[in-house]
Amino acid sequence: MSKPKIAFYWCAACGGCEEAVVDLAEDILGVLDAVDIVFWPVAMDFKKSDITALPDGALFATLLNGAIRSSEQEEMAQLLRRKSQHLIAYGACACHGGVPGLANQFSREQLLRFVYEEAPTLGEDGRSRPQLESEANGHELELPRLHQAVRALDQVVPVDYYVPGCPPTPKLTQEALAMLLSSNPPPRGSVLAPDTALCDECPRKSSKPSDLSFAGFRRPHEILLDPEKCLLAQGVVCCGPGTRGGCGALCVGGNMPCSGCFGPTSRVRDQGAKLLSSLCANIAAKDEAGINLALDGIPDPLGTFYRYALPHSILQRNVSQAARAETLSL
Amino acid sequence: MHDANWEPRIVAFFCNWCTYTAADLAGVSRLKYAPNVRIVRLMCSGRVDPQFILAALAGGADGVLIGGCHIGDCHYVEGNLKTLRRFQMLKRMLAEFGIEDQRVRLEWISASEGDKVRSVINEMVEQLRPLGALALREQFKEWGREVADGQPVSVALGEAKQETEVAHV
Repeated sequence: MSKPKIAFYWCAACGGCEEAVVDLAEDILGVLDAVDIVFWPVAMDFKKSDITALPDGALFATLLNGAIRSSEQEEMAQLLRRKSQHLIAYGACACHGGVPGLANQFSREQLLRFVYEEAPTLGEDGRSRPQLESEANGHELELPRLHQAVRALDQVVPVDYYVPGCPPTPKLTQEALAMLLSSNPPPRGSVLAPDTALCDECPRKSSKPSDLSFAGFRRPHEILLDPEKCLLAQGVVCCGPGTRGGCGALCVGGNMPCSGCFGPTSRVRDQGAKLLSSLCANIAAKDEAGINLALDGIPDPLGTFYRYALPHSILQRNVSQAARAETLSL
Repeated sequence: MHDANWEPRIVAFFCNWCTYTAADLAGVSRLKYAPNVRIVRLMCSGRVDPQFILAALAGGADGVLIGGCHIGDCHYVEGNLKTLRRFQMLKRMLAEFGIEDQRVRLEWISASEGDKVRSVINEMVEQLRPLGALALREQFKEWGREVADGQPVSVALGEAKQETEVAHV
């Protein structure tokens, strides 16, 4: 009997999720005993045509990391969706949009204008935008089209399972593969991580005060952090209360606050709004001036609370009149 | 805007003890105010999860109004303080999303201030008019066309249902 076929693919991502697969180290041999990897652009020499040639549903599963930012990524996501029995959003970008999703703070026009025309590092003669079609040495060249917004994988094609994390830990990856291959896989749509907030598994849980109160917010480089005490109690923005656990509190273990990469639990629709709600309600000040002074300690609320989940948020992206007018001019 | 008959649509979250009672008072006093507001009664303004505000905007509201007891008068002692803190931060975040300041408003209205309900609602409707429709529901649909097989993304907390328009708005 042939082994189930697995594909790995990457879209708008940094490569960290690929690294996470490599981080399985010797354990990857166990994975290879159970499955055949038939497509993995970062590590193996297979081509898109190898996938196109397969019958639909021939792949047991595709683990796709990265957000969907361009027409090329969309095409690959759809191709792999067709060919796979299970499509797994692997990592924060595929699950919620991830760090690339922060680009949704700006319209496409704003991004292109800054990057190719206004960035101070550009030379005088370098200010031209790449064109979708061009000609060089008698060849017609084509570039993928940049979408207007960054999307999570499930905003483009249906997704069967989610493995969150930036990147997912080797333990989580192995457990996810084992669950998929088992005779009793979890229901479709499941997030393959615990459905409890990170605080629940945090080693500093016992020092979290029940009456949390912030005189102000401080960033980790501004103070000497106590390695034992709850980071919230030290006035640091820790996203643990609004973030799904399952990572083993790695960042907290390194004396750094949680930045929210596992996304929200199933009871929360919008991670950023919930984090804002939970942290800001506990400011100590009782007057507007004092409250605003404390809030100044979080200079970029959108980037702080939606670091990994902006495309999946309720508003999804910048909805200013300028951004809306741009859609009409498409 | 594209629709000549457009009227601003406001979702209001009023607390049971002060502002909703004030709205009742406005009613029994026969005070007339703009019919552009849909009021949701909650036990406390502190119950207003920022998700509700975002969901209202994404679901078709042009503005969101929150009404609570005056500071010091909260039935639950500090619920309105929590709202104030969240609201101040939400305003900063909504600015980053490109949502105009006037679209989201917080007012303290006590049970005896029926007239304030009227003036606040009337004023807010007039402030929303020049901004035009937010129309995010249509906007998301438009943006969704960009991907061939675009998945409908549920914007609200539950599944967004089509609202049946009331005849007078």
